[in-house]
Amino acid sequence: MTHYYLGYISLALYTASFLCYARFLYVPDLWLGRMGTFLLASGIVMHYFALLERSRWIHTVPYNDLYGSMSLFAWLLGVTYLGLELFHRQRSVGAFVTLLLIVWIVLLAALAPNEAPPPPPARGPLFAFHVTLNTWAYAAFALSFVLSLIYLGQDRVLRSRKLATPFWRFPALDVLDRMARSSVYVGLAALIMGVIMGFVWAHRLSGGYSWGDPKVVITLAILAAYVAYLRLSRSTAWRGARAAKLCAFNFAVVLFSYTFVNLYLTRFHRFF
Amino acid sequence: MPTLTNTKRTGSGRIDVALIGCSHHTAPVEIRERVTFSPEQAIAAAEELRKRRILDEAVVLSTCNRSELYGVPTDQGPAAADAMEVFLTSFHGVPRADLNGRLYRWRGPDAVRHLFRVASGLDSMMLGEAEILGQLRTAYGQALEHGSTGPVLNRMFQGAIEVGKRVRSETEVGARPMSVALAGVKLAERVFGNLKGHSALILGAGAVAEQVVENLRNRGIGRLRVVNRSFDHAEELARKMGGEAIEWSSLERVLGVPDIVIASIGGTGAVLTRALLERAIAARDGQPMFVVDLGVPRNITDDAAGLYNLYLYNIDDLGEIVEQNKKARESEVPRAEAIIAEHIAKFESWRAALEAGSIVEDLRDSFHKHRESLIREKLAEMDDVSPEERARIARITEELIDRVLEQPSQKLRRSREMRGHLAGLDALRHLFGLDSVKDEDKD
Repeated sequence: MTHYYLGYISLALYTASFLCYARFLYVPDLWLGRMGTFLLASGIVMHYFALLERSRWIHTVPYNDLYGSMSLFAWLLGVTYLGLELFHRQRSVGAFVTLLLIVWIVLLAALAPNEAPPPPPARGPLFAFHVTLNTWAYAAFALSFVLSLIYLGQDRVLRSRKLATPFWRFPALDVLDRMARSSVYVGLAALIMGVIMGFVWAHRLSGGYSWGDPKVVITLAILAAYVAYLRLSRSTAWRGARAAKLCAFNFAVVLFSYTFVNLYLTRFHRFF
Repeated sequence: MPTLTNTKRTGSGRIDVALIGCSHHTAPVEIRERVTFSPEQAIAAAEELRKRRILDEAVVLSTCNRSELYGVPTDQGPAAADAMEVFLTSFHGVPRADLNGRLYRWRGPDAVRHLFRVASGLDSMMLGEAEILGQLRTAYGQALEHGSTGPVLNRMFQGAIEVGKRVRSETEVGARPMSVALAGVKLAERVFGNLKGHSALILGAGAVAEQVVENLRNRGIGRLRVVNRSFDHAEELARKMGGEAIEWSSLERVLGVPDIVIASIGGTGAVLTRALLERAIAARDGQPMFVVDLGVPRNITDDAAGLYNLYLYNIDDLGEIVEQNKKARESEVPRAEAIIAEHIAKFESWRAALEAGSIVEDLRDSFHKHRESLIREKLAEMDDVSPEERARIARITEELIDRVLEQPSQKLRRSREMRGHLAGLDALRHLFGLDSVKDEDKD
């Protein structure tokens, strides 16, 4: 059960990181922001070891149940955000992302099994990559969702002319737009590779493709929706807030796919 | 960097900082301009204050809003401030009566608090302005370079610079734009991020518009175009602003290019309509456009505000934002004051250590004087004491004094609390007659 303790430590680090990032919105102290980043990175490292320990405990990949899958999602969300933060040199949205991480991990606690779940049948590394990449895509889309919501909030504040303190610390609309697009690019790349690996794995297993499976249908729809977002977000009529709304809507479809479709609709993708 | 060991005041008792000066709070510009110091004058004045033994350490801080003399008076009595005032008036040849009621005088922790508030921008005309910290740093740097500071002012001014930095980094006192021009530019940054490489169009002219352009230039704005009804005037403005003049008739054609539009055409009413701006945004492929309407009457029709991807602010909107920012800065003052109080306590503790150390040294001097006179007096009555024995008695009594004072000296060195207790203990000095010893020394 070491992974639970490591999980608690990573939660504590994420919380400390959130506190630093949140304070950073009010106090222009660069060291606070750097501390937030450092704590987030430490939380991610600890979370990685929690996933590793869990793998050892259940003698298989850590995401063979909903708890493990959600934990991997949170870890990938953290990793993707950290990458974007370093790439765009923007820490102001860290408070929102770490808050999402904390809420997600607290929700996880309710799903934590006391006993090791039975190991699934061996499916090979291709399948492992398929699941990991798709989860990564969902995490990246979650990040673009958060960034789009901040964009919409910032846009509203700019128009209302009631500018509270954190407003002056938030990234510019243009930066938020670029960050959301970067995140979607990461998500799309992961999703395309994940889907391809899924098809190859399914073909090796059964010699055919399950095109009619609701999970496949909705995943292809998500792919199309995000491609449309990338295209429309550079068009005259959609550029700006409308594109941000579309990005937020697309994530609602992702959530539907991740929860309802996974649990109730699909036959081939109901792994837990 | 000078240290405690450099002090010239060891053994001289109280070590207080004194300050006299005037600022925009106490004197109008007609008075302030008569007592202002150029950098050379500031150095000369500090030198003169020390030469005349008015101050042992001196720093002159002079900006457009204040002229202040900081120092450690040679005479720690109440006459020091009078002497500083006489010096200030005589240096500038201003009758003392003209400064009556215009000068403030602070002493001890109050003087320290004043300097720390100045460094933090809390005493500035525009709350939280950053320029004063640079001016203070320069004034101190010059004084340090010319050797007119000592351990006390070094500690105090270094503390002030640290306070100034902390207040600006840990509070919002200096964070938000406080002028209409800067508010406009900062808002544009909220839309575009870095303004480097973005383009701007200036319609008409005006003092605020020029300030906006200056701020845009400072941020590396790219292409700058100027449009005016009179092309000659546009050319003149373009030269002044470092941009390109455009014919009025080409306004619609060029309106689709700039990211930022500053409209400031006086007395003409609306020039840019919703339809015109809508076409401009379409020509920009829907990219956001940031428009500031500084005209009165307004240059842009009201209905344009609802246009998609158009961020429109008029002079009142910016004024309201500045007002919000002012209130927000004011609400941060208690936090800034808390930082100041923390640093005053630190400085006072350090100063108390300096003072307490001097008490022990004065006590040692006093004991030695008593010892010498006692030995002289008693040994004169003893004819049978050999010179060797006399020397031995002298050594023993000297050692006795060292042993008696060893413990208090160590305690003072080690215990900050003890130094704090002793900080205001003039009674201790009085109890051992150290104040009279000091007066005798002076005579």
